[in-house]
Amino acid sequence: MKRVKTLTSSTLKESMKKGGCGECQTSCQSACKTSCTVGNQSCENHK
Amino acid sequence: MIHQYKSNGYNIVMDVCSGAVHVVDDVVYDAIAIYEKDGEEAVEAGLSGKYPKEEIEEALGEIRELQENGLLFTEDIYEQYVTDFKNRKTVVKALCLHVAHDCNLGCRYCFAEEGEYHGRRAIMSYEVGKKALDFLIENSGNRRNLEVDFFGGEPLMNWEVVKKLVAYGRSREKECNKNFRFTITTNGMLLNDEVTEFVNKEMANVVLSIDGRREVNDRMRPTRNGKGSSYDIIMPKFKEFAKGRGEKSYYVRGTFTRYNLDFAEDVLHFADEGFDQISVEPVVAPPEADYAIREEDLPQILSEYDRLAREFIRRKKEGRGFNFFHFMIDLSQGPCVAKRLSGCGSGTEYLAVTPWGDFYPCHQFVGQEEFLLGNVDIGVTNTTVRDKFKLCNVYAKEKCKNCFARFYCSGGCAANSWNFHGSITDAYDIGCEMQKKRIECAIMIKAALADGD
Repeated sequence: MKRVKTLTSSTLKESMKKGGCGECQTSCQSACKTSCTVGNQSCENHK
Repeated sequence: MIHQYKSNGYNIVMDVCSGAVHVVDDVVYDAIAIYEKDGEEAVEAGLSGKYPKEEIEEALGEIRELQENGLLFTEDIYEQYVTDFKNRKTVVKALCLHVAHDCNLGCRYCFAEEGEYHGRRAIMSYEVGKKALDFLIENSGNRRNLEVDFFGGEPLMNWEVVKKLVAYGRSREKECNKNFRFTITTNGMLLNDEVTEFVNKEMANVVLSIDGRREVNDRMRPTRNGKGSSYDIIMPKFKEFAKGRGEKSYYVRGTFTRYNLDFAEDVLHFADEGFDQISVEPVVAPPEADYAIREEDLPQILSEYDRLAREFIRRKKEGRGFNFFHFMIDLSQGPCVAKRLSGCGSGTEYLAVTPWGDFYPCHQFVGQEEFLLGNVDIGVTNTTVRDKFKLCNVYAKEKCKNCFARFYCSGGCAANSWNFHGSITDAYDIGCEMQKKRIECAIMIKAALADGD
């Protein structure tokens, strides 16, 4: 495509297939402790 | 649903429900806005005076292609999926252990009220901590990775118990097929070589609390007797610690308040001092506090995030980049949608444990009796409160249902919502505005870094 550069495709829908294992880090155990930030974490299964 | 915005010269279009993110030219950007509101037919008429006909047609062709590939104008299909997910049997996988309700600093904004959490000073005994770890193992089902954060107050004020609890946890890993990830949050006052060596060996992450520039730090983080500078005590220790940390994770973590709305300077101060893992977050404070962030402060804060994002990119491209916690975003391998929509896990997967062994939904609820969930001897018995947290997800929150940020913030912090609105299914509006800005900046940074130079 000439006018569109796609940075990332349909990752959320894909993740329904085998997501939800629950092994990833709890968000407040990272650095925050006062805000809920989930989108910046990584999937445990991709490590 | 789409969300589109312009930032630092980039036209960004997020297809919220698929997770797709596009950088587009002006014609596509304008066309998408009309397309979403009034449909495809309205685009040509809407843009005819602004762009040549063939450009509009070409843009429409690309928009159609994205749509056909499920990358634009997708629908939210996750509500039932996430509700079912949240209805699963609850397992506990993370504890915030309040090993010391006492502190050797007198930080003015401390939600723990100088470490004491609306109660008395206390330190956790080894016996209570051990029972907490046993509870975690027994209630974690088939989860292998268990997280334990040593928190306070100041956890180094109960250092011997921390070490013994780590040893106890490790001793049970093999027989139980569990992997403990220990972390600690410290103000650094008692950091020494012995602590550093142990922490580097055992702790997966360390959060070092300091606010930034000397005057900024010392204003809100005074010493207990009000004399001297806590910055002068902790900064050299933190620098030494970060140097010796190697590849392992740590954060210098500051809080910004109304007194340093130019907080980008504090982030850059950390970077200039050699730290490369940085988090600086807005204060959580009652609205009447003099240092609380007010709605009228938002324009300055939002433009400060923009400024920080530009400097972040500049330094990255010059080969002297740093990580800023709130600008980190993993677009391709981030969390699954179940995780993104189900919230932080407080009150269910994640519990805080007081020095005497009581359970609360998270560290921020400690001391608020209506949220007492149980204790290390009897387990979680207040299932009424637990179930409220269990069903707390993005779709339970009216304000989040149509917000573009819902897949990134997970519905925000329940404690913030409670503090401002008396409900865990509301949202702290000022926090939301800042969160949305940070997400926009984080995505723009990805676009800029993908853009070569």
